[in-house]
Amino acid sequence: MNMIRTIFKRELSSYFATPVAYVFIVIFLLLAGTFTFYLGNFYERGQADLLPFFNFHPWLYLFLVPAVGMRLWSEERKSGTIEMLLTLPITMWQAVVGKFLAAWAFIGIALVLTFPIWITVNYLGSPDNGVIFASYLGSFLMAGAFLAIGSCISACTRSQVIAFILTVVVCFLFLLAGFPLVLNFFSGWAPQGMVDAISGLSFLSHFGSISKGVIDLRDLIYFLLTIAFWLYASAVVIDLKKAD
Amino acid sequence: MIETQNLTKHYGDLTAVDNISFKLEPGRVLGFLGPNGAGKSTTMKMLAGFLAPTSGSAKVCGHDVVDDALAAKRVVGYLPEGAPSYGEMTPRQFLGFVADVRGLTGARRTQRLDDVIERLHLNGVMEQPIETLSKGFKRRVGLAQAIVHDPAVLILDEPTDGLDPNQKHEVRALINAMSRDKTIVVSTHILEEVHAVCSRAIIIANGKILADATPAELEARSRYHQAVSLTTTNIAAAKEALSRVADVAAVEIDPQDHRITAFPKPGKQIFAPISELLRTQGIQVSELQLESGRMDEVFRTITQGEAKEARA
Repeated sequence: MNMIRTIFKRELSSYFATPVAYVFIVIFLLLAGTFTFYLGNFYERGQADLLPFFNFHPWLYLFLVPAVGMRLWSEERKSGTIEMLLTLPITMWQAVVGKFLAAWAFIGIALVLTFPIWITVNYLGSPDNGVIFASYLGSFLMAGAFLAIGSCISACTRSQVIAFILTVVVCFLFLLAGFPLVLNFFSGWAPQGMVDAISGLSFLSHFGSISKGVIDLRDLIYFLLTIAFWLYASAVVIDLKKAD
Repeated sequence: MIETQNLTKHYGDLTAVDNISFKLEPGRVLGFLGPNGAGKSTTMKMLAGFLAPTSGSAKVCGHDVVDDALAAKRVVGYLPEGAPSYGEMTPRQFLGFVADVRGLTGARRTQRLDDVIERLHLNGVMEQPIETLSKGFKRRVGLAQAIVHDPAVLILDEPTDGLDPNQKHEVRALINAMSRDKTIVVSTHILEEVHAVCSRAIIIANGKILADATPAELEARSRYHQAVSLTTTNIAAAKEALSRVADVAAVEIDPQDHRITAFPKPGKQIFAPISELLRTQGIQVSELQLESGRMDEVFRTITQGEAKEARA
């Protein structure tokens, strides 16, 4: 646990040692605001909730989270620091989890900084803050799932650009897993059970049910399992690929 | 202490390290020599616990690098090739991070950090991001990282590569100073370094150990071992006189600086008869030297001989 904390601290502080963190946070806040007010018609709807705000999170994350995830391992591999890191007396698991948690916490910080919109909606009306809390939780979990995918794909390549593009594509598929675009591809030949299983993987439907204010244990477990699975895959990939 | 047994590593079809076995006691500095791609780095990566061997085993201080990986990593300090470190961090942050991961706390942590900063003369750059430092400083930060926990075993992959002569000298002095109670493995392709720091040298090529000896023993394999070289203005007369000495097998003149070298017949000493002869013949020499053997020549003979066999 101590080791995870030490790695977590180093990673998180290195985000803020470069302009990357500030650029990310500013862009995230700007886009979140723009989407909410212009595309989501926050005022025109005349309802005291944050649905227009949270509805755009999956699409915002689709491009911004891979940008955070892409450097997780490909940078370590490219600069050779992975060799230093993994010969320190830590386990692979501690390294993978420590780095992931730091990146997740970083996105969490960006998410927390959207609090003015929560103040705004509370000032304008009396929203159901339980639903808003649930939506924040769902949004954060979804970001974690995107990030875990990014961690695994960034472990596959030294190139951050490749890691970014592949992560966007894989995240896009997971996002839309429950929709015809993805399902049609499988429904022709795969057994119905498999098609159902794939449609159950959709980030969008799990996030949708949490953000309605229903914190169903199954949705939470879904995201946590997704994160665990991709982190496990990251560790496997790192082990396989570190020789080259 | 380091002990490897039939250590082997395959990358797909390529055998990078092929059945390497050796044992190294504390207080000894082992130099790993070999052409590029010989398997030096791969061997060191396995010793440091970064890569798992395909077969065979390696132990550091009795801990197997695979089965007891954490214990092995704790006693090893490792400088990877190119001395990678996190560029956006300052040396203070970076070394602090390594000290934390190495489990150093309190007064011991402060004392160890002060010690490595002092030893590697990092005082002036502690607050600058590592990526802005010169190559020499980056290398020293990497070395500091490797020795911050005062490890019993030190594995240094090309510690002096890319350094200027003064910096090379400093790093060698550092290795010598630490060699008394540690087990150290250094890889290099700078042959003079072997003499300067190593008490034992292993030459590998194509993943196999081709020679395992002290630097002096290796030099003794050289054609130049016990040869006598001299510089004179009277080249023709000197050459003529030298070839008449009974135990001289051959006389060669360097085409560039016209230095004359006389090679002895196997096992013969020719320095005394030659200096005696030069005096009696009245040949003036500006310099006269007994050669101990040329490492680069031995290295070439050993590694290229192997390459020729492999091709045939």
